Amino acid sequence: MPNSRKAFLKGAAHALPFFVVIVPFAMLFGVLSSEAGLGPWETQVFSIAVFAGASQLAALQLMQDQAPLLVILATGIAVNLRMMMYSVALTPHLGAAPLGIRATIAYFLVDQSFALSLAEFDKRAELTLAEKIAYFFGTIAPITAIWNIATAVGVQMGRAVPESWGLDFAMPITFIGMTAAMLRTVPHGVAMAVSVGVTLLLWAMPYGTGLLVGAAAGMAAGAIAEAWGEKS
Amino acid sequence: MIDRTTFWTVVVVLGAATYLIRFSFLGILGNRPLPLWLVRALRYTAVAVLPALVAPAVLWPPATGGEPDPVRLATVAVTVLAGIFSRNMIAAITAGGLTFYLAPQILSGL
Repeated sequence: MPNSRKAFLKGAAHALPFFVVIVPFAMLFGVLSSEAGLGPWETQVFSIAVFAGASQLAALQLMQDQAPLLVILATGIAVNLRMMMYSVALTPHLGAAPLGIRATIAYFLVDQSFALSLAEFDKRAELTLAEKIAYFFGTIAPITAIWNIATAVGVQMGRAVPESWGLDFAMPITFIGMTAAMLRTVPHGVAMAVSVGVTLLLWAMPYGTGLLVGAAAGMAAGAIAEAWGEKS
Repeated sequence: MIDRTTFWTVVVVLGAATYLIRFSFLGILGNRPLPLWLVRALRYTAVAVLPALVAPAVLWPPATGGEPDPVRLATVAVTVLAGIFSRNMIAAITAGGLTFYLAPQILSGL
């Protein structure tokens, strides 16, 4: 199937430049989990089981802070809820694939593979199902390899990183940078401001529960702001 | 120290839940339309959760004993501005990282 092979290679070529995002992020996770006392295998299993960097970093910090288990899980899941949108958006393109293929695609549905695939499928309506599947797996091949290798390198560096580097602030910078780059519309800004404001106000609440209330309030505020914007 | 029972529970449950979120429509629910309010709320999950998660550590950093720190506040301001104007996550994080390391030297040189 030369066409599928072509689509696979094209997906891989499109995904390769994302190494500039994936390498530092995966290494940061490796370094921080090693500093938190997780062993190399524990870190790698964590990364393979969840395969969603932001939620892994969030869960890692909450575990270090000795937050209650339910708060850790709820926060990690909340960070990943956006992927339900990815699943919705790819269903018209890949929903006709056999169950085994769809189940495999689901595991590899990360930010980059989703964004690249949807853009390609929308741009080229003539692609067959087999070519779409091949393209998706093409994007995921370099992403998965780079993610896991960079995580392992970060783990190896972990204990060698001195405290004076101030790595405690690497995660805030990463999350704030990710968010700021996503602030494309007014409702995005409203969601962020309400969530941060409510979380800070509720800081005295037992650990982490203020965050969940704040995040829920922020999501609701974003949705309401969007509805208002459409009416006016 | 991270409690190992907690850790493995998080690995299994967060891994399974994240997989089910990804599998949901592709695997089970198919082309069913989502209620509009849910589509809207899902769009804002990341911008609501990520900054709120780190906001307390920005204002009251554990590394300074909870005292607000001008270097950390300046870092956040630079990161936010760089992200909004460049729309590029790596550019924002790089700008923030540079501020975090250079600001103390600039402040001490004054």
